[in-house]
Amino acid sequence: MSNLLEAHSVSKKFGDFTALNNASIAVPEGSVFGLLGPNGAGKTTLIRVINQITMPDTGHVLLDGQPLQPHHIKDIGYLPEERGLYKSMKVGEQALYLAQLKGMQKTEAKKRLFEWFERLDIGDWWNKKIQELSKGMAQKIQFVVTVLHEPKLLIFDEPFSGFDPINANIIKDEILRLKNEGATVIFSTHRMESVEELCDHIALLHKSNKILDGNLMAIKKQYKTNTYEVGINAENHSVVERALAERFTTTAANFRTIGDELKLNVKLSEKDTANDLLSYLTTQGQVSHFVEQIPSANDIFIQAVKNN
Amino acid sequence: MNHLPLIIKREYLTKVRNKSFIVMTILSPLIMIGLILLVTYLSQLNNNKVKTVAVLDESGIVKELFEDTETTKYHRFDNITLENAKQISKEKEYYGLLHVDELSSLESISKHINFYSEDSPSLTLISDLEFKLGEELTNLKMIEEDIDLEKIEASKINVNINQENFSGEKTSKIDSITKIAFGVATGYLLFMFIIIYGNMIMRSVIEEKTSRIVEIIISSVKPVQLMLGKIIGTSLAGVTQFVIWIVLGSILMVVLPFFLGIDISQMETPQQQMIQQAVESQGSGDLMQNIFLAVQSLPLLNLVIAFVLFFLSGYLLYSSLYAAIGAAVDNETDTQQFMLPIIMPLILAVYVGGFTVIEDPHGTVSTIFSFIPFTSPVVMLMRIPFGVPVWQQVLSLLILIGTFIFTVWFAAKIYRVGILMYGKKTSYKELIKWIKY
Repeated sequence: MSNLLEAHSVSKKFGDFTALNNASIAVPEGSVFGLLGPNGAGKTTLIRVINQITMPDTGHVLLDGQPLQPHHIKDIGYLPEERGLYKSMKVGEQALYLAQLKGMQKTEAKKRLFEWFERLDIGDWWNKKIQELSKGMAQKIQFVVTVLHEPKLLIFDEPFSGFDPINANIIKDEILRLKNEGATVIFSTHRMESVEELCDHIALLHKSNKILDGNLMAIKKQYKTNTYEVGINAENHSVVERALAERFTTTAANFRTIGDELKLNVKLSEKDTANDLLSYLTTQGQVSHFVEQIPSANDIFIQAVKNN
Repeated sequence: MNHLPLIIKREYLTKVRNKSFIVMTILSPLIMIGLILLVTYLSQLNNNKVKTVAVLDESGIVKELFEDTETTKYHRFDNITLENAKQISKEKEYYGLLHVDELSSLESISKHINFYSEDSPSLTLISDLEFKLGEELTNLKMIEEDIDLEKIEASKINVNINQENFSGEKTSKIDSITKIAFGVATGYLLFMFIIIYGNMIMRSVIEEKTSRIVEIIISSVKPVQLMLGKIIGTSLAGVTQFVIWIVLGSILMVVLPFFLGIDISQMETPQQQMIQQAVESQGSGDLMQNIFLAVQSLPLLNLVIAFVLFFLSGYLLYSSLYAAIGAAVDNETDTQQFMLPIIMPLILAVYVGGFTVIEDPHGTVSTIFSFIPFTSPVVMLMRIPFGVPVWQQVLSLLILIGTFIFTVWFAAKIYRVGILMYGKKTSYKELIKWIKY
């Protein structure tokens, strides 16, 4: 799979403040790429560099193998975190204006806008002013305007903030639909559950540095600790617990079940396999729960930030 | 991709369609004309009240001097004491009582003329009385000294200097007045235009920031394009408004007085008196014809070209600064600290133009200020009707354009950084830092 977008050692300073320090990312074509990091890590600066809003001090960005040029604007759709619309302008008029700024012809833009409005069930908003709409409603318009010109690369900065769960779901489905139609998506957020659901690749920024990137599954493998959640029904809990502690490293667990079995997190040493643990457990009592602990994006995020 | 026309179109249309813009466009000339008519009406109302002035002339020499006019009536008392006269005047609510004492010599009479009244009397009435009494007493004195009044009258010579410049063109006082009128009008027009529409540009930049649309837009267009589009679009809306004001204003000026029966030409302003005097001293010809001749003698072609060039560059110079201020702040209340450095040179320019240029259009002060870029548009426009060498105009314009390019660059820098800064209170130090980003 080739990379649609590559950023090579991009640095940006604002006065004495380093917003981005030698950050490189590679976004594979057709993927959903999660750009993660705490507030102030440099996500927005990197996104602005990709959008040619901010010029980097050093480093360069390639789109489709070419250095970024003004005409690439029409290949990118960008939904910024700080977003809004002209309050006193009508919805349709405003959407047309923004589409034309992206280089679309008026008639074509109008046709596609009607299609989108139909699909999102907002057709009757065309002549309303933005100030008559709720925040969530305005966000829908912004989303449509971002994707209308069918760009190769879509960049969403915190796309779900301000949406209620139902509308957030609609937008999520639309993003996945666009991905299936061939768009590449960069997705900046600190809401980890949406990362789990959507992202194939991630990059983690912390204090202006990239500290982690790659395929999400590969990273999860790298971060897993060979720990299993175990639930076991035995006559004497403390005897079993002591026996297990002799062979493995155990800690108390707090997952939920319907019974009152013994619950433990069991960490395997390098020479043990899951089967070794399972067969040992069966000698001790009835196994009711056996799950490998896969680190969530949230865990990886927290751990990676802590390690730095 | 060039999006400038698109941005200009949007800025223009949103400005022109805005309700308060429409209301202001229609209402402003109505209010202005209404005020002028009101003032005229009120001053006429005041004049229409007839004043009665009582006269007690014990000397008997100025008895026949005062004749009733439309606004002032004179009531003569005879053979009563001053105390009684005062009493009656008060009871009959006369405007006042003029008392001329009976004394031996004209000099002592002149020193003992009194005016009694309820409130302090109007200045014009007193000076009118003083003028009439003075003239009469002077004449009496001359007769007393055996001076022939007719001879004096016959020997009066009226001087009227013919003005001509070295190349032989005739000039006159009315010429200077027309030049001043032209200069002041263009200077003030630019001043007003900058203040009104500069502020409008600033507000529209702030609106884009507060509505958070700006980042969406500058992911499609360059900030400089957005800024220039804003300035040009708003200016076109401004020109539209100005033209409507002028057309509507002149129509109302003609039509309204006709309906309301108020005669504006009766309103006397100091300027009118100045023109009147100039015309009278000219001796012959009527006012309109003279003004027409004066206008014709102006360097019209030069004036028009210079007006367009200086107006444009001066306006762009200031409006780019207004746009930069808009980008640097989060809301309108924060603009105050940055406004002063913009307003100061403007006000200075208008003061220099209004006082120094009229007094001495080619003096050192006027000349220097017509080269300093921040004052030159206003001051130079005021100077040009008096004839400014072409090299001076060109040099001043070049300096202005140079500065204008610099301020647009400077403003674009601040604009580029500023529009993406939210929630920070900006200081001058911060602005300097932004230039380096």
